[in-house]
Amino acid sequence: MASIATVLPASATLPRWLAPVALLAVAYLFVPFVGTSYLFEAILLPFLALSLAGVGLNLLTGYAGQVSLGSAAFMAVGAFAAYNFNLRVEGLPLVLSIVLAGFSAAAIGIVFGLPSLRLKGFYLAVSTLAAQFFVQWALTKFGWFSNNSASGVIDAPPLAIAGITFESAADRYLFALTIVTVLTFVALRLVASQTGRNFIAVRDNETAARIIGVPVLRTKLLAFAISSFIIGVAGVLWAFAYLRTVEPAGFNLDRSFQVLFIIIIGGLASIRGAFFGAALIVVFPLVLSRLGAFFLGDIFDSGVLDMSQRIVLGGLIILFLVLEPDGLVALWDRNMRRFGSVFGRR
Amino acid sequence: MTILSKFKIAALAAGVALTNALPAAHADEQYFPLQSYRVGPYAAGGTGFFGGFIDYLNLINTRDGGVNGVKLTWSEAETQYEVERGVEAYERLKSNPNVAAWNPLSVGIAYAMIDRITADKVPLITINHGRTDSTDGRVFPYVFPLLLNPYSETSGIVNYIASKEGGPESLKGKKIVVLYHGSPYGKETIPIYELLAEKFGFELQQIEVPHPGNEQQSQWLTIRRAKPDYVVLRGWGVMNPVALKTAAKTGFPVDHIIGNVWSNSEEDVIPAGEAAKGYTAITIQASGTEYPVVKEIVSAVYDKGLGNLEDKNRIGSVYHNLGIVNGILNVEAVRIAQEKFGNRTLTGDEVRWGFEHLELDPARVEALGAKNLFHSINVTWDNHEGNGYVTFQQWDGKKWNVVSDWIAPDWALLRPIIEKSSEAYAEEKGIKLRTAEDAEAATN
Repeated sequence: MASIATVLPASATLPRWLAPVALLAVAYLFVPFVGTSYLFEAILLPFLALSLAGVGLNLLTGYAGQVSLGSAAFMAVGAFAAYNFNLRVEGLPLVLSIVLAGFSAAAIGIVFGLPSLRLKGFYLAVSTLAAQFFVQWALTKFGWFSNNSASGVIDAPPLAIAGITFESAADRYLFALTIVTVLTFVALRLVASQTGRNFIAVRDNETAARIIGVPVLRTKLLAFAISSFIIGVAGVLWAFAYLRTVEPAGFNLDRSFQVLFIIIIGGLASIRGAFFGAALIVVFPLVLSRLGAFFLGDIFDSGVLDMSQRIVLGGLIILFLVLEPDGLVALWDRNMRRFGSVFGRR
Repeated sequence: MTILSKFKIAALAAGVALTNALPAAHADEQYFPLQSYRVGPYAAGGTGFFGGFIDYLNLINTRDGGVNGVKLTWSEAETQYEVERGVEAYERLKSNPNVAAWNPLSVGIAYAMIDRITADKVPLITINHGRTDSTDGRVFPYVFPLLLNPYSETSGIVNYIASKEGGPESLKGKKIVVLYHGSPYGKETIPIYELLAEKFGFELQQIEVPHPGNEQQSQWLTIRRAKPDYVVLRGWGVMNPVALKTAAKTGFPVDHIIGNVWSNSEEDVIPAGEAAKGYTAITIQASGTEYPVVKEIVSAVYDKGLGNLEDKNRIGSVYHNLGIVNGILNVEAVRIAQEKFGNRTLTGDEVRWGFEHLELDPARVEALGAKNLFHSINVTWDNHEGNGYVTFQQWDGKKWNVVSDWIAPDWALLRPIIEKSSEAYAEEKGIKLRTAEDAEAATN
């Protein structure tokens, strides 16, 4: 931000809060009225859920420097915990179920964060794989988690808060948008606080952080807890607002990698980056797939098209990362600056 | 070039419309959205099934000019058997007009679609698989596990093992291992096997193979220790040949392995080579090309270069024939609904009515050129499975040979269990049980 201010003439800088507020205004006041069910169900709902998971993982990996491959497991914990709280505690408001689900994910996150006290980098990543496999195994093994449903698939309860039900696609979008907005705001405040600076200190140099008085162990576990809380809530959105049904296999290692790629492509240590990354990961394959089906659908079958989309997508990701290793968010800022300076000259 | 071809089609369509010179600008059409999967670990099933389905729709269009003049259309979206892709494909395809019925061929995707299609009032077909309690049409008006739900399949398999052992009494004290795929589909039958074990007095062990199932050494070592009389293979995709090969490696006799309805294809046995010789599996439709309808598909579709399968050797294979049977059931449901509502484009709810009156007795099946391809079906408003018969086939290293008569599963035993489960679902979801009068009315 500081660099932008130096490039732009002072009169041209807009207040920092304006862009997010404008974006939210569009998301709340414009999109629900013009969006189609496809836009909500296939694009915006998975985008919101994965963005939130990306925000959560970015706190842990981007800010606190702890690499994790267990994101999908924490999403699963959140989804199944919310389901069980909702099912087994009579009269519990949905919002409270979701908060409790977040805390359940946070608790599991702390447990699987313990190895981070001794392990670093790739070694830590491998140990978080344990969370991935253990959680999926436990949810499959013990029928209690899925209320002994024969196939292990759970049905999401209707979304209702204080008597208002969020049934249609647009309603569920607003529900998810509100949760994502609140948690993103919390995350933004957090990274600007002392705790957030502690995260960065631990990431940049653990020894130095310890010397200046940062409680390293507590900071690491706190990072795991907060990150898992947010990812757990993202899991609830994925299950309750987006798919409305969920099975343990839906939260497999692929999903963990997907969340990790979101923050790497979007930009590490950037809350906005999670949204950029999720947009690319969710929306781009769909755009490619629809363009492919429209122009080439008569010639090739859907299988061939799908394969070639993967090649294109993979190539583009490499291209993006080569152009800007700091992620899409850096690419965006640079282009905006250029754009701004062009205007500035005129 | 591609855009050009689109223009050509548009021009052609316009030309046809003009020559017909009917008051309606375009002819009646009925659309089938296909959430297919042609890549990924289950591509063999996807290409065969959707290939057969498309081939049959093509046959109806080229031979009969559609169903009573209503042309059948379709388009595909790739799901890779993944739930969220299936949901995306559903949202993408449902914007097309005149949707007749959904056929995702995936339990996970079907589960995710139940609320959505119920709101849309369009039928969801899960032939041979699906959520068992959706058989109860009182609770699931739009879901149809046609021909064989997972419980009936289980009952059929246990009855067959009993007949091999000399009657249901001789199952007492026998030991059966069920090796199941670690997915919603695989787990669907766990409670019913337990129930049947209790009823018939056989010892039961159920072992999970994690998806996709390309490593089964430990499972088969457990089986070797357990020394069961039979192993039921409830597999899917790559899990099946691996199971057969690993069984051979650990010395379990292949003729005591009974495959379920998704472990019964050529793609399951050919990769296993010698290890599959003598393997038996349940099926609701025979394989082979000797059935008149398959022959017509070859002459009317493949010989004109319209066939969907890339490899013509797969014509008449298990998945291809299943796709054809699925095509017959879908098309006949549309035809039956047209008898009531008129020969025009039908709404999803009207097609639902057609499925709920889908009665094809052996004579009608023969008239459709499918005698011995499948037995019969009789769907009613409250029985959405339609009492399909099963048969068993044995692999001889080159082809499947039918080794049993058409066997009826124990429907009377299963119905109360299904109703208990569906009523619990209805209560959880606050669904009011439907009556016969509700079912008779269809919205348009």
